[in-house]
Amino acid sequence: MKFAVVVFPGSNCDRDMQYAAKEVLGEEADLLWYKEANLDGYDAILIPGGFSYGDYLRCGAIASTSSVVSQLREKAEAGVPILGVCNGFQILLEAGLLPGALLRNKNLKFMCHFEELEVVNNQTQFTSEYQPNEVISVPIAHNEGNYYCDDETLAQLKANNQIVFTYKNNPNGSVADIAGIINEQGNVLGMMPHPERAAEAILNSADGLKLFQSMLVNWRERYVAGV
Amino acid sequence: MLQASEISPEQIEQDKVYQEMGLTDKEYDMIKDIMGRHPNFTEIGIFSVMWSEHCSYKTSKPLLKKFPTEGPQVVQGPGEGAGVVDIGDGQGVVFKIESHNHPSAVEPYQGAATGVGGIIRDVFSMGARPIASLNSLRFGNLTNGRVKYLFDEVVHGIAGYGNCVGVPTVGGEVQFDDSYQGNPLVNAMCVGLIDTKDIQKGIAAGEGNTIMYVGSKTGRDGIHGATFASEDLTEDSESKRSNVQVGDPFMEKLLIEACLEVIQSDALVGIQDMGAAGLTSSASEMASKAGMGMEMNLDLIPQREENMTAYEMMLSESQERMLLCVKKGEEQEIIDIFEKYNLDAVAVGHVTNDKMFRLLHKGEVVADIPVDNLAEDAPIFYKESKVPAYFEEFQAMADYQPEVSNHAETLKQLLQQPTIASKEYVHDQYDSMVQANTVFSPGSDAAVVRIQGYDKAIAMTTDCNSRYIYLDPETGGKIAVAEAARNIVASGAKPLALTDGLNFGNPDKPENFWQMEKSVEGMSEASLKLDTPVISGNVSLYNESNGQAIFPTPIVGMVGLHESLTDITPSHFQQAGDLVYLIGDTKPEFGGSELQNVLEGKYFGKAPAIDLDVEKTRQQQLLTAIQAGLVVSAHDLSEGGLGVALAESLFGKDELGADIQLSGNLTAALFSESQSRFVVTVAEKNRAAFESQVDALQYIGKVTDSNQLVIRHGEAEAITEDVPSLQQLWKGAIPCLLKSKA
Repeated sequence: MKFAVVVFPGSNCDRDMQYAAKEVLGEEADLLWYKEANLDGYDAILIPGGFSYGDYLRCGAIASTSSVVSQLREKAEAGVPILGVCNGFQILLEAGLLPGALLRNKNLKFMCHFEELEVVNNQTQFTSEYQPNEVISVPIAHNEGNYYCDDETLAQLKANNQIVFTYKNNPNGSVADIAGIINEQGNVLGMMPHPERAAEAILNSADGLKLFQSMLVNWRERYVAGV
Repeated sequence: MLQASEISPEQIEQDKVYQEMGLTDKEYDMIKDIMGRHPNFTEIGIFSVMWSEHCSYKTSKPLLKKFPTEGPQVVQGPGEGAGVVDIGDGQGVVFKIESHNHPSAVEPYQGAATGVGGIIRDVFSMGARPIASLNSLRFGNLTNGRVKYLFDEVVHGIAGYGNCVGVPTVGGEVQFDDSYQGNPLVNAMCVGLIDTKDIQKGIAAGEGNTIMYVGSKTGRDGIHGATFASEDLTEDSESKRSNVQVGDPFMEKLLIEACLEVIQSDALVGIQDMGAAGLTSSASEMASKAGMGMEMNLDLIPQREENMTAYEMMLSESQERMLLCVKKGEEQEIIDIFEKYNLDAVAVGHVTNDKMFRLLHKGEVVADIPVDNLAEDAPIFYKESKVPAYFEEFQAMADYQPEVSNHAETLKQLLQQPTIASKEYVHDQYDSMVQANTVFSPGSDAAVVRIQGYDKAIAMTTDCNSRYIYLDPETGGKIAVAEAARNIVASGAKPLALTDGLNFGNPDKPENFWQMEKSVEGMSEASLKLDTPVISGNVSLYNESNGQAIFPTPIVGMVGLHESLTDITPSHFQQAGDLVYLIGDTKPEFGGSELQNVLEGKYFGKAPAIDLDVEKTRQQQLLTAIQAGLVVSAHDLSEGGLGVALAESLFGKDELGADIQLSGNLTAALFSESQSRFVVTVAEKNRAAFESQVDALQYIGKVTDSNQLVIRHGEAEAITEDVPSLQQLWKGAIPCLLKSKA
């Protein structure tokens, strides 16, 4: 399987993503600098965390206007799996590939620590290796991780089973304890916690690895099926 | 303040304008001699920053020479952007600590942020990828409103910069004492990883080679910052807010990636960051180190503001700027790499062979100075040293013996002292895990970061108990180094080397200089004994507010190597049933202790004694036992003694407790701060093997699953406390103090 990791100016989890996909999962993963990125030929696209463009406007807002995001939209449309983590999630929201917005944490401070998440939807290509409602330990590291959407959107997210991860102890004020959501088509996942930082026991949790394994297992099934 | 407008060279001498820039009459006369004429305004400005303590170490140099700086592990000692130690496999670890005290006292957010940015640049300018940041912070009493503000904003600044730039802040320490009320300390340390073949130097070699400027444009911020850092803080310091630089971590992140690409280019000759004294120091040091001269045309310097004078450009401390020396004719290769990251690289000058530092501006020569006099040959001053009266008084005192009636209550009080209490409020704001290598984040004895692709890891710590150093600088200096090494060893790593962050008061006061002299002697002796040479460092003097010096605070930043990932040892108890041992002898030593602070509200008497031979043996024995797989957890004993260490050991894993039996004087057993001690846990099956390898052992009890800390003394239960309630007190203390009304 071949992963693309899109690198924006200010991305800082790009190499971590690559390491998880390449060294831990054992698949191919390329870093693609946003200016010259060509997303053709990749089986999945990872949008890493960080502070794209310094987060000097709204988080992810400037990155979402770059030309590589137009490619990303096409790939999303075409059904290519796309995972956005942290700033990557913020970019996907700003690009309109996922609904809602991320506000500042309710305590108005950056926070970084492990959180318990519940896998509330394990019927996605990103979570199929998890048990139903499995509780996993994955770190967060953000200042703007407080997920917000209006009641109507929330009702839709619930109705379509688009809420994938929730916090057991909501740290940041997110609506409905939301930590990660997926689009209706089921190929674009955005989440604030960092699975790539929890992919090996030496890093105090390997719970995030199953997310990458799920992507691999589902790609293999599709690949074998000749899709 | 000074205007850079045309003050004539003669007028500078007549009106002693140089004094406003921090130069003395004697120094001015030296400069006049060197130049053979009256220096002009720009030239005198350049001398004033280069001869400031911050850049020249003119006062501290004679002391710094005492530090051992060599060893087989040392790849690069002091003198470059940062020091380098060998960690095998062709890899080196690059590290240095630096202070940003004065800026942080007047503008805490930017002061702290740019402190982080500056030290990170020192590390990647060596060619290393920054892999971890640590910091060492000192504040006054947290009940004071301004202290709360300084504390919150300093932490916020470190987080704001470090998180964005993508270097994990993995460790650090925060301590509180009244002496820092008006003059907080903000010392930042950065650690980088490098293939030793890639090590860069800050040199401008090769006549005719091109000098290139990269990064942010030059503005009027931070003018004279190095001089400001080299004088006392006073009531007027608020007016020096414009001396404080403003940081842009996004620019720094781009610079890191671009520079790490550039170092792979053969076109690059040398690279240095523009830190204190900006363009002046980087340019003159690069030329002086190479034995060359340099000519720059200031019209070419990228400028953020209009009509900047030569003086302003040369003294600006605008952040996120680098100076490169590039082979003539190969500039385009460098320009292309920076272009990828949307950065401009501009040719601003060239290397000359006349050892002169020559600046052109608007067609005129505005400075022409023998370059070695700015850098390598800056003057050295020998200060007077005098034993302070307080020291003799303290040494003559009978040993302080505290009276404690309720040990459980005292333990609770100690756990809530801000210096001991949990710093979660601080650490949670730092991204401690970016780069996905963090094994132990802040809150452990030492931070641990694994090295990708190898069976090894790096341990790091910053340490300094300034109370001991105040009581007895020589002993305290030894303890600072020993304690840092103890932290590294407790985590299962072998200490390799250290960086020193020397923070002292005004050295013109002989008593202050004596503190500095003695602590450096103590540190040197310990570094030599423990084989941890000093490979880099920083000196910050004039840490006084309104005439009152801080406690002498020579911070030790130390790095060690885990030779295998299996050696990594947590500081918390792990498993019910494990045996708890105390390593080391306990004497009734309370001078400078946290208990003395709680009971007396001040520090006096003698510092705890330390025998460096004993220290070395204990560290070696423990490390050998850890490497043999005999130790489950290890925690060094520091502030608050065994009582606090036992409680802290239980604040890691849920549901664990301990049943401990102590004998002798209970107050000493629990709260003495005797040195060279550890509390360790060992699995029952390894009892015999462990006991045969480690001396000075005292078996004191077991880890239990009761979630209670029980401490027995003879037949009595001296302390029986639920761990969660102790933990709550420990965790809640700092947030609670911050919420309380000033």
